Amino acid sequence: MIRSSITRTIALLLATGAAAQEPPPTKAVASAEPAMSTGNRFTEAGGEALYVQICAACHQAGGKGAVGAAAYPALAGDARLASASYPVTVMLYGLRGMPALGRMMSDAQVAEVVNYVRTHFDNHYGDAVAPEDVKAARP
Amino acid sequence: MVGAAAGSAVAYQVMTNLGFAAESPYRGPIKLEGDPKGASVLVLGAGLAGMTAALELHRAGYRVEILEYNTRAGGRNWSLRGGDTYTELGGATQRCAFDEGLYLNPGPWRIPYHHHGVLDYCRRLGVQLEPFIQLNHNAFVHSATAFGGAPQRIRTVKTDFDGATAELLAKATRKGALDAQVSREDQEILIEALRSLGGLDKDLAYRAGPVSSEFRGYARDPGGGLSARPADGEPMALHDILTSRLWRGLQNFLLYEFQTTMFQPVGGMGRIGEAFARALPPNTIRYGAKVTEIAQDAHGVTATYREQGPGGAVRQVHADWCVCALPLTVLSQIPTQVGPKMKAAIDAVPYASSVKIGLQFKRRFWEEDEHIFGGISYTDLPIRQISYPSSGYNAGGKGVLLGAYTWNGPVSYEFTALSPDERVRRAVAYGSQIHPQYRTEFETGIAVAWHRVPFTLGCAGDWTDEARAEHYDNLCAIDGRIMLAGEHASYIPAWQEGAILSALDAVTRLHKRVLAA
Repeated sequence: MIRSSITRTIALLLATGAAAQEPPPTKAVASAEPAMSTGNRFTEAGGEALYVQICAACHQAGGKGAVGAAAYPALAGDARLASASYPVTVMLYGLRGMPALGRMMSDAQVAEVVNYVRTHFDNHYGDAVAPEDVKAARP
Repeated sequence: MVGAAAGSAVAYQVMTNLGFAAESPYRGPIKLEGDPKGASVLVLGAGLAGMTAALELHRAGYRVEILEYNTRAGGRNWSLRGGDTYTELGGATQRCAFDEGLYLNPGPWRIPYHHHGVLDYCRRLGVQLEPFIQLNHNAFVHSATAFGGAPQRIRTVKTDFDGATAELLAKATRKGALDAQVSREDQEILIEALRSLGGLDKDLAYRAGPVSSEFRGYARDPGGGLSARPADGEPMALHDILTSRLWRGLQNFLLYEFQTTMFQPVGGMGRIGEAFARALPPNTIRYGAKVTEIAQDAHGVTATYREQGPGGAVRQVHADWCVCALPLTVLSQIPTQVGPKMKAAIDAVPYASSVKIGLQFKRRFWEEDEHIFGGISYTDLPIRQISYPSSGYNAGGKGVLLGAYTWNGPVSYEFTALSPDERVRRAVAYGSQIHPQYRTEFETGIAVAWHRVPFTLGCAGDWTDEARAEHYDNLCAIDGRIMLAGEHASYIPAWQEGAILSALDAVTRLHKRVLAA
């Protein structure tokens, strides 16, 4: 499902580039990689792509967080990730200023990105979340 | 007949109510009468809400001080101009290399004619306005998957949609399809109205000819001399317009908040924040102050803040009252001594994602080549919009386009996660599908992703109806000696009018409380 959307996205970009005619379309297509989502749902597949292309917007590369007038918490070495249900809940319901981004993702995508964060950035939690767990936790 | 008449009356009543409900309730400068007897108010945040509160409280006789995280006033009221630098969360620094006089408004950029509060403060503070062009019939609506990816003029899509639907309705009426709903007399008037407004010919047809050309323009415009005779263009088929989904872009010209006339300050939206700061007594605003704690007791409020910069000292300010105009993204992380209801409300509002990208070009090709003077093109590409500058028309030279404006949705987060350079590069790559001139004329760009803005960590309060029902009144109530203000404490979220109205409402209630004490 996710993969086929990405294939569609790429096909669409190729078609658009071809329609634009001049100069050769390869340039515009190359510039748009990796493809961005086309609709109201995220089309990234796999925990790493989801993290890098979405979560890193705030939590930053490597899960190191950021500090300004307030902070985006570092996910690196975050003890709250010990419970898998915590990041699943945050994804599906949001937390304070953070929107509920999991509502624009499939159950599989939420599970993938939660599992990625819990096994990267100095986090070593072996109990993987399954899409069914995410489904059960949805509003 | 009677039913039809009743239906119209109800519709009129509904529309009237909506009109009154939606219009800004601002009714001129507030008058805080009565002596506050030297009471002091600490205002947190020097955005439009905080500065409105401070200005009015100062005029009413209060002692006022503002703590501001940034080293400038205005908050989200902000313009980036050549020479400015901007460092986002994550550490990337951009230096704006725009030419003199060119700018990007990363936040608010247009003012509806019915935002009476913003307009009145602009008048009182001497901020010069000029028209902001929201609707330009000659700009584009575009879809990567419609019409071979070729952008279509708003004029033709709108006119052909209106014409085709007018023809359908007129002919259905003539066939008696509306006999049960509409009286004979009204049917005749309806048909005449559809003919007049839809560009129909004497046969009630919308088709290539002199009548439709007066609405949709010509394949060859009327001229002078021997080459004068115009040629009529062929309207798009209704099926093509419907399936293209290009009609979706047209709503942006119909909604109350986007109707003409809209305005912008001459020289950038940031002129409003600058004018507010000038109107306050000297040294009212303490810049570079990061609030870290807000405490209160029966006698007053104490805010702790850290001076920004190396070795910044931790200091405290005390006042009798506090108007807190910090974004909820920030306030929700500050230990704040308020009751559980207000705390729950502070924690209940996620902030919208938004990205704006300004692109400077060597020449105003949109004017010179495509005859687009101001206005906005809408697209389903990730950039969503291209907005053309509403000033400096027809004078040649360089110009800055708004090359992307996302609001929530996946692409807004995806743009945010990219480096600033990559955001700009993609805005150029996508935009060149609509304007191929991008490839040769682009010079420099700057990208602001609101979730990476250090002073807000998000664009604006993104209320749901459910959250509002549960928390809004608690958010706006006075909690001991603390009250909140900002666009998040309004029913006009993300608009400057909401920030100003919330501040006026807050100081009015505060003043009443002070006089009663």
